[in-house]
Amino acid sequence: MEYLKTICVLTYILSSVSYILFLFVQKERYSKIGYYLLCLSFVMHSTVIFIGFHETGHIPAYNLRGAIMIASWSISLVYIVLKFRYELKILGTLSVPLACILFLIATQLPATEQFINPSYKSIWVFIHITAMFAGEGAFALACCCALLFLIQEHAIKNKMHGFFFKRLPSLELLDSTCNTCINVGFAIITLGFITGLVFAKMTWGQFISMDPKEILSAITWLTYAVLIHGRLTMGWKGRKSAIMAIIGFLLIIFTFIGVNFLFNGHHGEFTRF
Amino acid sequence: MFNILLIGLNHNSASVELREKLAFSDDDVKKTLKELANSKDIEELLIVSTCNRVEFLFTSKDSEKSIVTLKKYLADKKQIPIKDFEKNLYLHTNDDAAKHIFRVASSLDSMMIGEPQILGQIKNAFRLASTVKSSGAILNRLMHRTLNTAKKIRTETGIGDSAVSISYAAIELAKKIFGSLEGKKALLVGAGEMAELAVEHLLRNRVEDIYVANRTFKNGVKLAKKFNGTAIKFEEIESNLKSVDIIISSTGSDKYVIKNKMVKNIMKERKNRSLFFIDIAVPRDIDPTINKITNAYVYDIDDLNGIIDDNIEERNKEAVKGERIVEESVLKFSTWVEELKVVPTIIALREKMKEIADCEINKTYRNLNNPTDEDKEALERMTDSMINKILHHPITLLKGNNNHIKREAEYLNVLRNLFDLN
Repeated sequence: MEYLKTICVLTYILSSVSYILFLFVQKERYSKIGYYLLCLSFVMHSTVIFIGFHETGHIPAYNLRGAIMIASWSISLVYIVLKFRYELKILGTLSVPLACILFLIATQLPATEQFINPSYKSIWVFIHITAMFAGEGAFALACCCALLFLIQEHAIKNKMHGFFFKRLPSLELLDSTCNTCINVGFAIITLGFITGLVFAKMTWGQFISMDPKEILSAITWLTYAVLIHGRLTMGWKGRKSAIMAIIGFLLIIFTFIGVNFLFNGHHGEFTRF
Repeated sequence: MFNILLIGLNHNSASVELREKLAFSDDDVKKTLKELANSKDIEELLIVSTCNRVEFLFTSKDSEKSIVTLKKYLADKKQIPIKDFEKNLYLHTNDDAAKHIFRVASSLDSMMIGEPQILGQIKNAFRLASTVKSSGAILNRLMHRTLNTAKKIRTETGIGDSAVSISYAAIELAKKIFGSLEGKKALLVGAGEMAELAVEHLLRNRVEDIYVANRTFKNGVKLAKKFNGTAIKFEEIESNLKSVDIIISSTGSDKYVIKNKMVKNIMKERKNRSLFFIDIAVPRDIDPTINKITNAYVYDIDDLNGIIDDNIEERNKEAVKGERIVEESVLKFSTWVEELKVVPTIIALREKMKEIADCEINKTYRNLNNPTDEDKEALERMTDSMINKILHHPITLLKGNNNHIKREAEYLNVLRNLFDLN
């Protein structure tokens, strides 16, 4: 298991390196190598998670280590899927190192044994956790696209046709990819919410227990809802929606980590170490 | 022994008046190739004639004589005294000639480094020479290497990557904003060569509709017809901003034609879809403050010129890489040429024969029952003299002062191929 993790870290690093090389050298083969290495890392990463699942009987996301491990996994997943649909190689230079760093952090964190409430071994929790992480992965990628969009937009507006202008794709492509990520992420997260609510109702007899994480998640969900609404009805395109996508993701990070250190609640125990 | 020679003039060595006088049309080229290929001194010949250069690439056993023949022919044909163009000619021989043609085809020698037309023109020159069969083993080989080198330079360096004309730079920018231009709508305000060129580029990138607005509606209609577009009245510009994506402006107006307020008002109706203004006019037609509006981008002539200057610098940097590839190609080609000479060919042929004979002798030894040294010597003597007899005539033919063999290289090439000496 440790052996597998080490190889996985190595392939992640190599993949990140070739994507970064691609940014500078702009040779097609580096992005290709990066992508294959990423796929390889992803397979190993999935195996690591699957072994964890097999050993404990539940998704290994009940401590910070596991949570970050799965967050990293979902970013890889979304990028691999996205690569099928869009020719956005440059996005790899942002998202692959991100996945790599998260994975690295996860391996360095202590694996604290957490007492797991047996009621958590429910299919609802399984779907809840998977959907939440996958959705957040999509939002992370949306945030990367938004960042690239702002960089490129700045270059075009200010007539700075240097390093980034040449390497980044068109505004239209970045904008529409960001949009796709947000739509997909939103749909999946909504599913995660519903399953969470159903589980809460079944276990505790109430939909919402005013857990701080629940409240903040609701705010985040609303932020993205507003963004999608604005896009559809008021034509929030480009810069505005890019900024919103970044704000939304910052909220997610805060919800994900910050809350657990600041407040108490039944989500908190999972991200302690 | 043959030499490869290149004689010619280009935009650096001769004025446009002179180049015009010496230029050849395709039919002229064919005629000249036939006529000169019949002359004694010139063996293989190829002519490159473009608006920036006229060059003769040929092989000859007697360089001096062939150059004189060529100059005389030019003077007769074009009715210009030799002294009027002699000083404008440059001459390259052998490796330098190869290097020169490599550089020309890769557009390292062009007025605008990296321009793509020259490769097509070189291909055409080669095609003409091939059809009248004035190119032979050497020039064919040289031209193949030329085309390879040019393609390699185009793919491996960024020599032709960035736009170096105003209209092209504008299109590249539009692509950075819209991705694909397919299905986009463009509005041309005013008229002018540069603006029309940009519209042509847009059409080539499959822009869906072209609208033309001109102060004189009649002129607008005429122009719209040319692009298969729609003419609109000058007053309709504002309402059309709702639907178009790219605006190219080039009018003689001394006031802004498109003002900040017009765009600001329309953005909401456009649902904030991007709007790209290309302002080629001086004084400017488009209010530069429009650039501050979200999702609206304004580029004026200075901005575009700035891009072009940067790109030219970029191309010059890439050209250095191109020169390196040229050097490599010259080296490869000159190795091939060296091998194609008489003496190395004879040596290689002898060695090949000897090798075969030795191999067979050894086999024979094994089949014989303990051959004595005398037997062995006799066998070797026999094979040696067979080789000498077989090679006698070919070698005298190659070594001799064989004026009757035109294109000696042709023979050498065939010989090397027949006996697999390469």
